[in-house]
Amino acid sequence: MKKVFTRPRSLKDIPTHYCPGCTHGIVHRLVAEVIDELEIFDRTIGVAPVGCSVFAYNYFDCDMFQASHGRAPAVATGIKRVLPDRVVFTYQGDGDLAAIGTGEIVHAAARGEKFTVIFINNAIYAMTGGQMAPTTLLGQKTTTTPYGRDKEVNGYPVKIAEMLSVLDGTAYVARVSVHDPAHVVKAKKAIKRAFEVQLANLGFSIVEVLSACPTNWGLPPAKALKWLAENMIPYYPLGEYKKPAEVG
Amino acid sequence: MAKLLMKGNEAIGEGAVRAGCRYFFGYPITPQSELPHYLAKRLPEVGGLYLQSESETAAINMVYGAAGAGARVMTSSSGPGISLMQEGISYLAGAELPCVIVNMIRGGPGLGNIAPAQSDYFQATRGGGHGDYRVIVLAPASVQEIIDLMQVAFDLADCYRNPVMVAGDGILGQMMEPVELGEEKEIEIPPRPWAATGRMGGEKKLINSLYIVPEELEQHNLKLAKKYALISEREQRWEEYRLDGAKLVLVAFGTAARICKAVVDRCREEGLAVGLIRPITLWPFPQKAFEPVIEKTERFLVVEMSLGQMVEDVRLTVNGRRPVYFYGRCGGMLPVAADVVREVKKLYGGEGQ
Ligand SMILES: Cc1ncc(C[n+]2csc(CCOP(=O)(O)OP(=O)(O)O)c2C)c(N)n1
Ligand code: SF4
Repeated sequence: MKKVFTRPRSLKDIPTHYCPGCTHGIVHRLVAEVIDELEIFDRTIGVAPVGCSVFAYNYFDCDMFQASHGRAPAVATGIKRVLPDRVVFTYQGDGDLAAIGTGEIVHAAARGEKFTVIFINNAIYAMTGGQMAPTTLLGQKTTTTPYGRDKEVNGYPVKIAEMLSVLDGTAYVARVSVHDPAHVVKAKKAIKRAFEVQLANLGFSIVEVLSACPTNWGLPPAKALKWLAENMIPYYPLGEYKKPAEVG
Repeated sequence: MAKLLMKGNEAIGEGAVRAGCRYFFGYPITPQSELPHYLAKRLPEVGGLYLQSESETAAINMVYGAAGAGARVMTSSSGPGISLMQEGISYLAGAELPCVIVNMIRGGPGLGNIAPAQSDYFQATRGGGHGDYRVIVLAPASVQEIIDLMQVAFDLADCYRNPVMVAGDGILGQMMEPVELGEEKEIEIPPRPWAATGRMGGEKKLINSLYIVPEELEQHNLKLAKKYALISEREQRWEEYRLDGAKLVLVAFGTAARICKAVVDRCREEGLAVGLIRPITLWPFPQKAFEPVIEKTERFLVVEMSLGQMVEDVRLTVNGRRPVYFYGRCGGMLPVAADVVREVKKLYGGEGQ
């Protein structure tokens, strides 16, 4: 019989700690499938963030680093500069990448560091109890915006994909979503491209993934996916913001 | 071998290259700038990399990545920058990664000034970052010693898989002295089976400092404590100067120790039995240097370019067995030999107690 679905080699066969309906697990799987398909497992080094995905180092079966909050791009810079023939990726949340680590991500991108960033935008700080993130939508209720995010108090959500795409050092910038199967397929394509850009030594590559946090959004899983599609996508348009000709 | 005139900051760079360091990540700050200038030129010559980061926070995390990937790597800064690096230093210590961090100490707190000081002693020897950890701290007092200690710094970092700090002050960085560099040797970097370099057919490796289960973190901390105890036992370094029959012993490190040597000579000329202990390792503090001296001398005078930080370690070591006095200048001011001599004369023979 032909096997049509199996666990990727790059993911360990252990249960994850993510909540039911959390899309971190889907994105892990996509990254692992891409690593398998590109046959780079043995020379890939991942950098796990601080946030809900802090234990990503337990799930990916390749060599891993755990970085301090927001600093994954600096850590990845150190790794890739020492080992330019390895494949390096960071996996970061929006608090991690768009707040405390804004400096690190902007400058790694500007330097054109040749690693790949998987950026999980779930519009919230999940791990610490659902506080406002830089990506929290206007009007969105969180534990620190109990009346909804007010632009007069908290300013506007940060659009990372748009922001980084204007830097000359970035080679590939895309925003995808994983709220339904069709989008999951597209997300995988983008992640694969991002890794291919790195393999071709073309520069910095990042995929922003709109992701659900049912627990901190206070929604059942199916409703959370619907909320994502209806509220996040209009503010964070999907698409490839920048891509080199070589990967068409 | 011919002698060369070298600036302290440049000597750090040359010493590092000769010790096999090939990666430097840093962010500019006075008074250590000649070091990055030197390495920006020198490292590419030996196939290495100088990379200027966007901040000290980024620099130390680049060091974390490079060290975890198996490189001999260094960064340097001064007070305010080292404060920013403390986050990364704590992570490096937690993940047991070897690296060298240079602190050319300037006056503080806050932005302070750019004049030489020793007021980061607490920060260097007490951890500075969060958690139960220690960093080996070396304090050279001459340009030649810088060259020699850079090799020691990288070797200790590797031997114990721990960050090592080289602590100087602005004067040491700026002064020029003749040095002997010796033959440039091919340095073999000890194997790093723990480095995360991609599995390449081998076992999975993880660079990490997170132990979410309290029992596991306690075990990890106890393992680190054992290592620190071993370092303490084996790596205390110091210099003794004219301790024979000394009734008063000066204690000073770095530039302050150079001034104190002149003080000792002057006092001896006048018939006062004064000597000096110069700690070379600030952590581990060289308690062993004091043991044979405590019973023989009458009192100690600690001289620092701060309001009194190392004096606490001397007091802990002497533990009430003899009186310990302090004299210091701060804010970038230097202790003047004549003033220290006056201080010695006040104390010598028991006055001023
Ligand atoms: C320096 C520092 N500040 C704060 C924290 C606490 N902290 C842990 S996770 C987190 C937020 C993570 O949010 P995000 O990156 O959006 O990831 P998510 O949990 O949503 O997946 C914070 C603030 C920390 N560990 N370190
Ligand atoms: S809190 Fe949110 S982001 Fe974290 S695991 Fe649960 S659903 Fe996922």
